[in-house]
Amino acid sequence: MAGTIALRKQPLPDVTSPVGAQKPWIKWLLVSLTLGFLTLFLFVPLAAVFTEALRKGIAAYFASFNDPAALAAIKLTLITAAIAVPLNLVFGLAAAWAIAKFNFAGRNLLITLIDLPFAVSPVISGLIYVLLFGLQGWLGPWLAEHDLKVIFAVPGIVLATIFVTFPFVARELIPLMQEQGSEEEQAALVLGANGWQTFWRVTLPNVKWALLYGVILCNARAMGEFGAVSVVSGHIRGQTNTIPLHVEILYNEYNFVAAFAVASLLAILALLTLAAKSLVEWQARRQTADTLEPTAAED
Amino acid sequence: MSIEVRSISKTFGSFTALHDICLTVPNGELVALLGPSGCGKTTLLRIIAGLEQPDPGSGQILFHDEDVVDRSVGERQVGFVFQHYALFRHMTVFDNVAFGLQVKPRRERRSKGEIRDRVMELLRLIQLESQASRFPSQLSGGQRQRVALARALATEPKVLLLDEPFGALDAKVRMELRRWLRRLHDEIHVTSVFVTHDQEEALEVADQVVVMNQGRVEQVGTPTEVYDHPANPFVYSFLGNVNLFHGRIDVGHAHFDSIRVDLPPVRPALDRTVVGYVRPHDIEVSRTCSSDEEIEAVVSHIHGAGGMPRLELERLDNHERVEAELTRDRFRELALQVGERVFIRPKSMRVFVEGQPLDYQI
Repeated sequence: MAGTIALRKQPLPDVTSPVGAQKPWIKWLLVSLTLGFLTLFLFVPLAAVFTEALRKGIAAYFASFNDPAALAAIKLTLITAAIAVPLNLVFGLAAAWAIAKFNFAGRNLLITLIDLPFAVSPVISGLIYVLLFGLQGWLGPWLAEHDLKVIFAVPGIVLATIFVTFPFVARELIPLMQEQGSEEEQAALVLGANGWQTFWRVTLPNVKWALLYGVILCNARAMGEFGAVSVVSGHIRGQTNTIPLHVEILYNEYNFVAAFAVASLLAILALLTLAAKSLVEWQARRQTADTLEPTAAED
Repeated sequence: MSIEVRSISKTFGSFTALHDICLTVPNGELVALLGPSGCGKTTLLRIIAGLEQPDPGSGQILFHDEDVVDRSVGERQVGFVFQHYALFRHMTVFDNVAFGLQVKPRRERRSKGEIRDRVMELLRLIQLESQASRFPSQLSGGQRQRVALARALATEPKVLLLDEPFGALDAKVRMELRRWLRRLHDEIHVTSVFVTHDQEEALEVADQVVVMNQGRVEQVGTPTEVYDHPANPFVYSFLGNVNLFHGRIDVGHAHFDSIRVDLPPVRPALDRTVVGYVRPHDIEVSRTCSSDEEIEAVVSHIHGAGGMPRLELERLDNHERVEAELTRDRFRELALQVGERVFIRPKSMRVFVEGQPLDYQI
């Protein structure tokens, strides 16, 4: 262990790195470039959202939410996320479990398929649903016969959102579960635990931070999704508009204060997501640091 | 509880991991499955545990004369210790050990207090009482392995199976832990099978050693039996270092260059090539030639450290390498230098003709 201790006492490498030491201006140039870029493309737009939203004062800002259409959009967004996120939690966990713990034909194909929603443009995803469930689509006549509305209605929005946000949970879990292997589950089974007990007591606690991280990202995307939802929604005010679609309508009507006020909700959601994500990452890192901590001296 | 394996085979695709294995583990014994990596020993252990299934219709696994092949791993009531411990990383030492007791169906489950007492009793047994609330990551390798053992013993299994239990530990801890395991077994007498590739470990710890190679059992016996009476060249060479002497069979004798050995009454066919196997500690080294049955060699390396100093020698007649081990006294007395000429003579040799032992020793 002497080697490890010696290594730890060494100063951080970047402080003494020859490039940094000899040419401090390179460091400053890189830092200012990065900061400048971030300011221009991230902080200024974020500030603009709130400035525009508050341009006519706090009262006008809050009045924007008093509109029934805005409230309906917020409600629809929450409903969509409330359906899509739990479903994708279950689907993602099941897919990750299957891929990480079992060997079967077509495993690699399944991994590729899980990435499909990332590879396909959201607009195309939405169009696929129109093609399937629309009046002229494959299932359209049958749905019309039974008086079921999918496209230009809430079910279509939920379906499109589920499709677009499917990979988040699975992609977080697969590498972690593959790395952890299935020895702990085998140990639990040998000790007499049944499948449920093994899942709740061994598998789930081992992946909880990654799962939470995936859920946070999935939720952010479910609430913020524009493209796919836009295609299937039909933009019926007060009925099939989610927050992003409502923002677009308000903006197109030159109702800037209301548009930015509603948009600020999404901005706040983004900031909360970032905060939650950092918190989860920090927690997860603390736990991995625990497991990587050098072991106590051999007994 | 005794374990009996009856003609079990296992294939993975086109690879045959186990060929028709038959094996009996008597009640209360500690048996080692010994063999090189890939010989099928771990697969056999996992089949006994129920973590792998044997080829369909290939045979039976009997626990106390009862076929358990169709029983799931949880129903077999075995304790299994994994090579890399497989401790539950998010649970404390206490919760790890308590796991098997806590997951029992409600009507069989003991009360919280009883579980607590049982766990603390086991932690005392493994001398880790003070570490009950720590996490596996905070323990050393040896401590983790002991926790894994306590966890396996908590449910009072009828059979204890250990997969390379000390494989991931450093030499000193491994030695301490295997002696501790032996003492523990003498106390609790649970029928145990452990897998190892370390012949020293198997010979020191086990009541019976099962030597395996390429999916087959080569020999079963007590440590002394397999070491002193190896059934074939594989067992001989796997159980320790070995020097080979190539020779020919003549009437009543085998000739290894200048060395002539008498053969037992069983007469193998004449003019066959034979191989004589000699352990390094059975090579006698001297400065002077005392008989014409000695071979001249040059010292090419000296490893003086350790309880048995080793010499690497090169024969002058055919330039083959020979390894010899001396006692410290003899080593000091000879005071050899690299490059010196010496005379060597095998004190004991085991002769195999085409893989079959000729029960003969010089």
